[in-house]
Amino acid sequence: MTAFQVEHATRSSRIGLAVFAVLLVVLAAAPWWGGRQDLRLLAEIYCFVALASLWNLLAGYAGLVSVGQQAYVGLGAYMLFAATMLMGVHPLLAIPLAGVVGAIVALPVAGLIFRLRGHYFAIGTWVVAEVFRLLASQVSVLGGGSGISLPVGIVTAMAPSRQMREFLIYWLALAIVVLVLGAIVLLLRSRYGLALTAIRDNEIAARSNGVDVARTKLIVYVLTAFGTAMVGALIFLQKLRVSPATAFDVNDWTAYVIFITVIGGIGRVEGPIIGTIVFFLLRQTLADLGSLYLLMLGVVAIAVMLKAPKGIWGYVADRFGWQLFPLERRLNIKAEAPRGTA
Amino acid sequence: MEWANIILQGVLVGGLYAMFAAGLSLIFGVMRLVNIAHGDLIVLAAYLALVVTETLGINPLASLAFVVPAMALIGYALQRGLLNQTLGDDLLPPLLVTFGLSVIIQNGLLELFTADSRRLQAGGIEVDSIQLGTGLAVGTLPLIQFALAVAVIAGLQWLFYRTALGRAFRATSDDQAMAQLVGLDNRRVFALAMALSLAVVAIAGVLLAIRTNFDPAIGPARLIFGFEAVIMGGLGSMWGTLAGGVILGVAQAIGAQIDPGWQVLAGHIAFLVVLAVRPQGLFPKVQG
Repeated sequence: MTAFQVEHATRSSRIGLAVFAVLLVVLAAAPWWGGRQDLRLLAEIYCFVALASLWNLLAGYAGLVSVGQQAYVGLGAYMLFAATMLMGVHPLLAIPLAGVVGAIVALPVAGLIFRLRGHYFAIGTWVVAEVFRLLASQVSVLGGGSGISLPVGIVTAMAPSRQMREFLIYWLALAIVVLVLGAIVLLLRSRYGLALTAIRDNEIAARSNGVDVARTKLIVYVLTAFGTAMVGALIFLQKLRVSPATAFDVNDWTAYVIFITVIGGIGRVEGPIIGTIVFFLLRQTLADLGSLYLLMLGVVAIAVMLKAPKGIWGYVADRFGWQLFPLERRLNIKAEAPRGTA
Repeated sequence: MEWANIILQGVLVGGLYAMFAAGLSLIFGVMRLVNIAHGDLIVLAAYLALVVTETLGINPLASLAFVVPAMALIGYALQRGLLNQTLGDDLLPPLLVTFGLSVIIQNGLLELFTADSRRLQAGGIEVDSIQLGTGLAVGTLPLIQFALAVAVIAGLQWLFYRTALGRAFRATSDDQAMAQLVGLDNRRVFALAMALSLAVVAIAGVLLAIRTNFDPAIGPARLIFGFEAVIMGGLGSMWGTLAGGVILGVAQAIGAQIDPGWQVLAGHIAFLVVLAVRPQGLFPKVQG
């Protein structure tokens, strides 16, 4: 037998992880060096990195192009309000609870929309999001069509002072993005990750090598719903007000997320991070343009899709061979090991 | 008699949904492309009709003479200039490009026409009705709408199975490589299919604009109605899209009768039920 081991890390990924470690410490300390505006902006950035990374896992790896992930953002948001207001659950506990409900709901939904193939799957996800939105407007205890605010008592139960609440939400957002990225890296390093990468590259070849494509896709869909619902709950814990129109907004939770991922680089873990940075830099400079800004993003995303389909990070990775996460698989065959029989 | 009336109105609205669906079904059949901007193109046609009727002072139905060729031209150019570049084995590029297009059209219309809702005035036919006995009446407009839908679908059916262009569509749909071998230019065939699809979209857009108020944001919902009609009717069947549209229209009419908030929801539920019990649709033609 040939002795070998699989190496995931490269020099650039070691540098990448070191940079992330330093960055994490600096960002975790943000309440001590940043103002309120900085904290809000950073928390929003974390939420978008998390949403885009989850969508990237779904579309970029599993080939499940969904334009209806707002279904789970909204579901998470409504679960937060339902759990805290109707069942008296603590807001911090309501966030993972929202994730669990998202995953449970995703199972029967997947059973239905997985019957639609390819392109039609995408529109099917949109129908589901619309159904969720219309159902949410029927729930009169949560404000029906016009929405509802989180009662003061629940807000102050999180932390008595406003400043502590802002810090808490900031750290929660940071924790969620680290959790999401960490989970995605670990998933991709596992055997499911190998299966996913194979599906991404060629679904038929993956199937012929024994990958259970349907099962792998289902797992990814449910995991993504879990993560997306948690992020949704957190976003609306920050907003303190929910309505069907904002919670199930296709522009905010799907169009932006898709453009971020495509521009940053779809099918790579680094892509959504780069894309989110570009998105927020553009937004800070072009925010006054309103709907023109969204229009320009659409044009840029189409141009990237046609001219550089791997996005910014795909270009960089191909050109310089960089990777920020230890995801490569390289066989390291030991020289002293006895030779295997041919 | 009240329920007969409700169902009749639903059937007639179904004609409009069938027209949303026919354009979608056509391009999916020929090039396996689902155009996410389909609904926004319907709205674009409505605004085009608005501009034409306001500048020329003509009846919206007469504006079809301008809007249909204009939309067909847009479709041809769109396919040749943009969408042909996205076609291939990978599903992602066409989906993302048409999704981007949807956002561009929506926000472009918002910039040009604001978010105010608009409507086309068709000189009374939208309020006229024909009495069919006591308590049962049909509006003139829904009747025209339904008749046009049947005519459009019959026309497409004839074109698909009786003309050279239809033969080219079917050949490309069956086997792209083989179609090219026998001398068809796929890119041109696709562009013609998109032109035809948007010609149907133009008719649907004008009728929609006479029937109800519209604003730049209503496109996605029209895409979803069309899509639901396609799936319920069965992929690849033109008459199936009419059946799908009628089912959707009736479901919505019944939902609206129970509670106004349930109108659209009832349509979605009908779709999900069909998907659960008969995922191939009611009148399937092709597997896909």
